[in-house]
Amino acid sequence: MNIINYKYAAPRNFYRLAGTLTPWFGLITAVLLGIGLYFGLFVAPADYQQGESYRIMFIHVPAAWMSMFVYMMLAGSGAVGLIWNIKLADMLATVSAPIGASFTFLALVTGSLWGKPMWGTWWEWDARLTSELLLFFLYIGFMALQAAIDDPRRASRAGALLALVGVLNIPVIHFSVQWWNTLHQPASISAINKIGAPAIHPSMLYPLLIMALAFTLFYFTVALMRMRAEILQRERHTAWVGEIAGGKA
Amino acid sequence: MAPTLFSTSRSVFLRDLTLAARKPADMITPLVFFSIVISLFPLGVGPEPALLRTLAPGVLWVAALLATMLSLSRLFASDYADGTLEQMLMSPQPLSALVAAKILAHWVTTGLPLVLLSPVLAIQLQLPTAAMPTLLLALLLGTPVLSLLGSVGAALTLGLRGGGVLVSLLVLPLYTPILIFGAGAVAASATGQNPEAYLSLLGAFLIMALGFVPFATAAALRISLD
Repeated sequence: MNIINYKYAAPRNFYRLAGTLTPWFGLITAVLLGIGLYFGLFVAPADYQQGESYRIMFIHVPAAWMSMFVYMMLAGSGAVGLIWNIKLADMLATVSAPIGASFTFLALVTGSLWGKPMWGTWWEWDARLTSELLLFFLYIGFMALQAAIDDPRRASRAGALLALVGVLNIPVIHFSVQWWNTLHQPASISAINKIGAPAIHPSMLYPLLIMALAFTLFYFTVALMRMRAEILQRERHTAWVGEIAGGKA
Repeated sequence: MAPTLFSTSRSVFLRDLTLAARKPADMITPLVFFSIVISLFPLGVGPEPALLRTLAPGVLWVAALLATMLSLSRLFASDYADGTLEQMLMSPQPLSALVAAKILAHWVTTGLPLVLLSPVLAIQLQLPTAAMPTLLLALLLGTPVLSLLGSVGAALTLGLRGGGVLVSLLVLPLYTPILIFGAGAVAASATGQNPEAYLSLLGAFLIMALGFVPFATAAALRISLD
């Protein structure tokens, strides 16, 4: 039985598995995105305060959630790779970084677009926006470090250590930014109070949750696709990659 | 007598101090940078005392962050180049203790001079005299954290191309809580509020960094020298 469990830890087998799973993940992502966007943009009622412009929430909030989720995935799989020396975990961390950075960037851009009609400014040094910006810088640092190291093994291990230090620091950064903001200027977060204190109507909540699920599956789809490319890149000198490429092994 | 953990760490610490004393230019450059950056601000934003007074805490702290960051390459680079670092990795003493001694030496040769120089520059920026003790105390608590966190970045980027700019990308986002608490303490004190909460948080961060960072930096050195 153990053979079955550990079979997919081998890059070659995982490559095949990922190839089988990717279309399914992609399909479910597309369906969920379609449903979520339809209910979010057409069915959900307009907000009594924010009118139609709140609808950007259906992109903004899942993107912000994913930006944090992917960083946790990155640090978690980096730690697994660092401790147990599992190649696939290293690769997952490496391929997750650009996806997470994209989600963070999307959250920042949509936050800025949403801020213009709501707060009357493109950029507010709001606590959440600021910590999202710092998270973006953490992603960039991770990618820049890995890009600067030629040896993939050292790149993975160095990146994992940086991500772990980052994860320890993220709560401190987040609370320091919140502290800084509340003392410097009146809180402006009430306008975008997410699923927190005020109950959100189910007609808005369900599309939001569907969108969040769709974004999560999107992440896994893209991660699987990038993993396949990464496996081929790192294993390019092996016989089985040679067979796939059709060249001489 | 066999060398103990303490005697080995002490000799690493004293060696780094001696090296710094033999090449004082390396020690003075970050200080000059610190002074120049601070002198540039009034030229950029205008010499109005009220404006400078508002900006002073932030400017002093940002300049301290940048000056520390620029000095980080000195922490391991020369030991890496001449092989000393590999000897330390093979030492029977725990690497984290030796790393802690090196970080302490780095702070004594970079952070401490910054702290001592800061009141002069604070006067240039019209910081009220009442805020000076807080400035000194906040920098005393904060600059060791800058050296500590910076050592992780310095260790990870050892021997990489474009190491200097890369360190800034890795380290500056991690520095933000120090900047917020440090500048907050000085600003609170300058406006007559009690800076105690900020100073406590700085102290807490220092203790946390002291506990974790030497191990992280030692691990980073092992990765970089693998």
